[in-house]
Amino acid sequence: MNLLIGSLSMGLLLSLLTLGVFITFRVMGRLDLTTDGSFGLGAAVAVALIGSGVHPLVATLAAAAAGWLAGATTGLIYVLLGIDTLLGGILVTTGLYTIQLRIMGSGNRSLGGASTLPDIAGHLWQALRLPDPVSLGETTLPASLFSPLLVFTVLVLFSIWVLARFLRTDLGLAMRAAGGNAQAARALGLDTGMMATLGLVLANGLVALAGALFAQYQGFANVSMGAGMIVTGLACLVLGEGFLGRRTLRRQIAGTFTGTIAFRLLVAAALAAGLPDDALKLATAVFVVAALGGPATIARMRRVFVREQVKG
Amino acid sequence: MSAPALVLENVHHTFFPGTPNEQRALEGVDLVMEEGAFVLVVGNNGSGKSTLLNAISGTLVPDRGQVRIAGLEVTTWPEWRRAGMIGRVFQNPMSGSIAQLTIAENLAVAAKRGGRHGVLRNALGRGRRRELAERARDLGLGLEDRLDTPVGALSGGQRQAVTLLMATLVRPKLLLLDEHTSALDPNSTEQVVRLTEQLIRSEKLTTLMVTHSIPQAVALGDRVLIMHRGQVVESIGGLRKRQLRVEELLATFDRLRSADLVDESAAEMVRRLYI
Repeated sequence: MNLLIGSLSMGLLLSLLTLGVFITFRVMGRLDLTTDGSFGLGAAVAVALIGSGVHPLVATLAAAAAGWLAGATTGLIYVLLGIDTLLGGILVTTGLYTIQLRIMGSGNRSLGGASTLPDIAGHLWQALRLPDPVSLGETTLPASLFSPLLVFTVLVLFSIWVLARFLRTDLGLAMRAAGGNAQAARALGLDTGMMATLGLVLANGLVALAGALFAQYQGFANVSMGAGMIVTGLACLVLGEGFLGRRTLRRQIAGTFTGTIAFRLLVAAALAAGLPDDALKLATAVFVVAALGGPATIARMRRVFVREQVKG
Repeated sequence: MSAPALVLENVHHTFFPGTPNEQRALEGVDLVMEEGAFVLVVGNNGSGKSTLLNAISGTLVPDRGQVRIAGLEVTTWPEWRRAGMIGRVFQNPMSGSIAQLTIAENLAVAAKRGGRHGVLRNALGRGRRRELAERARDLGLGLEDRLDTPVGALSGGQRQAVTLLMATLVRPKLLLLDEHTSALDPNSTEQVVRLTEQLIRSEKLTTLMVTHSIPQAVALGDRVLIMHRGQVVESIGGLRKRQLRVEELLATFDRLRSADLVDESAAEMVRRLYI
């Protein structure tokens, strides 16, 4: 039960990461490796600010803003210098490593007893006079297990709502157009470079937000905690697409959310079934390879199959 | 009197200058199009038609010369910036619209060409959706009932029709058509040509259309330019254009081609002698 609720909380906050990857990978049609850097950056900013007494909500928003800056940097490197986001993202992430170290003051920083968003959610839980401990059938569980869910749900649903609305405004539509077909977009008067930058800014803001929540949930930040987050985000994204498809924007956005939670449940199940902790990254990478490479493999197998038939 | 819709002044462009692949695509093109003019451009492959169109649309900045649209000097403006004044339809039906977006969404983006893209309003709010459906209905293809279909699901002809509508939704100072029917089957070609004429006539659009089709060049527009080796070698307008027949235009082409052949065989001889 603990594991299940933990996965749910983790899935909720990481769905912001997936949403960010969705914007760059699907909407803008590019792979943005800034993701790893901005996740760690968001965590670092949140932990450092909370550690120095800033209100956790302000610290979390500041973390998102740091993510915007990271995204803008990659965007401008692309627009002004012509370095593609793939390489630009690696460069920015590499640079951010130093910046994270400076922000945190060391490679690892604990929040100690400082008040975090989940703590605030705990106070809120009490103020709302919700049951503590929570009893579910036979078992009773401490409310502190549930209260993070409360704040994550609110934050995530709010972010999804804002993003979904934005993608339907004129600017959001212009951004999607630029991501879908740059040639047509330019002919329709859209500055595709600026649109790509806008997408990177939004995406990395969400990713940094996820990083900030992640750090507060865990109680610490680590300079290398962003490593491989792009792969995790992709895994969640394709899993969600497996469930809901890519037909409409609504399905895709719902898919990021569903996919991430399903992914965390899968991870929990795999760990419970005896997958060693350190094998998780390898398993995630293999999963993404299988999911993205599946269609091509199936097509090739069909070719082989048909060839056999033709030969008789 | 207002400035001409389009002025090209002594436009030159060379690809790969100073290399063995040097290719002089434009060699001093001059062109004036008054408002409401409908000009066709024909020419063989490599004659510079595409480069000309690219210099006008801003895909390419010419080495020398000036491009003015409606009196504005736009020679070095980026493509997206001058797109506020230009409507474009490409040869490839996939190029002009966004496959992932629905018909309505494509039209909504096109309705903002050259305008501001705000974040306060839903791009497809009720009133606007109705307006766009109205415009789609004018095409007479039944697309107004399929507004939520992704454009990628349409046929090539339908897609060119949508792109044509997108290019003219905001009245352009200049409409550029780049062999926009050459990838279509005969039926779709006819349909798109009819639509093109209808839009140009009803909106009194200034249009520059590049085509590979001699019959189109004869039947459409009020002036034909023949391009050859980066120059406009012939301009047929007025009464002569109205009386122009396919045979005559073909004969002009043959003359140019045989001149080319003579050059080719001379070049071949030189090659054989010296290499």
